[in-house]
Amino acid sequence: MPNRPNSGSKAEPEAILAETHHAPQNRPDLRALFLGFSSVGLSGFGGVLPFARRMLVEERRWMTADEFNTQLGLCQFLPGPNVINLAVLVGKRYQGLSGAIVAPVGLLAGPLLIVLLLALLYDRYGSLPLAQSMLRGVAAAGCGLLFAMAWRMGMAIKDKAAFLPFTVLVIAAIAWLRWPMPAVMIAGLLLSGSVAYWKLGRK
Amino acid sequence: MIVLELFLEFALLSFVAFGGATALLPEMHRVVVENHHWLDDTTFTHLYAIAQAAPGPNVLVVTLIGWKVAGLAGALAATLAMCLPMSMLIYLLIERWESFAGKRWQKAVSLGVAPLAVGLVFSGATLIAQAAGFGWVAWLLVAATVLLNLRTKLHPLWLIGAGAGLGLLGWL
Repeated sequence: MPNRPNSGSKAEPEAILAETHHAPQNRPDLRALFLGFSSVGLSGFGGVLPFARRMLVEERRWMTADEFNTQLGLCQFLPGPNVINLAVLVGKRYQGLSGAIVAPVGLLAGPLLIVLLLALLYDRYGSLPLAQSMLRGVAAAGCGLLFAMAWRMGMAIKDKAAFLPFTVLVIAAIAWLRWPMPAVMIAGLLLSGSVAYWKLGRK
Repeated sequence: MIVLELFLEFALLSFVAFGGATALLPEMHRVVVENHHWLDDTTFTHLYAIAQAAPGPNVLVVTLIGWKVAGLAGALAATLAMCLPMSMLIYLLIERWESFAGKRWQKAVSLGVAPLAVGLVFSGATLIAQAAGFGWVAWLLVAATVLLNLRTKLHPLWLIGAGAGLGLLGWL
């Protein structure tokens, strides 16, 4: 987790590549926030986070790489759509409440229209055998992308012996036993959070 | 009042959506397909496929589900329910949260959430496979996609396109 109190001395390699030297001078207005996040929303397929990083840190320089990592770390472990939460934070930072509304709306507006258009097409042609078999193929590829994403997230966990058992428990409870997710998550967070708390104390 | 019901169900789910909307696939399936019978298995998988093939944040699968359940009002209600509660909380509490930075319990929470999120995303993938009722060719495609995505820098859109193409050929 990017909770580094002395982040200046030990920046990550990618952070060095991406302009840690100058603090970002650009202070976007509402229009810029809307347009910037619109471009992010429309350019990403299957997750827009990498595009958010490029826009915020490299292209428009609204944040330094370190700031981005910290804020993203926060958004990633809070529930809810990560990128939306990130847009709210960036919007709030530069334009207060109106920024916090405009940035996520910009992020969602374009993709929402496209998806609704696709929904109309689906209503109309979705029952055709050709459309059905195409969507089946897309679902299979999408399913593979999900497994890959789970694998990547799992590999990013540092203490695998201590924490991956909780992954297995969640899979058993949700995918196999079909227990309700809110209860599973609360119990799971109490358990794995306690283990983490205990481990942190031993260091 | 189906729109209101949808809004409340999804707003509740948004508080446990660790790992984003993808992690919620199993639970959304339970609410929408198993409990309320608003959609069937096939439609659910199709909506997931459409969301994958469209640009934008992953949360849009929620928009599509809302659309199929209750039209435009449903689409907006589901999307807002998913985004609004946490957005408001994060807006109000960000300064307080940042003042806790580096505290032991805060680190414990962030370490503890990660393995749970992995489990949720994995469960989402198995759910899609089950709901779609994949045959062995589809499973081969799943495996190939996993390998290619992990081992190469190929853009995911190519994999989606390959899936669509194989589907069109009637192989799955």
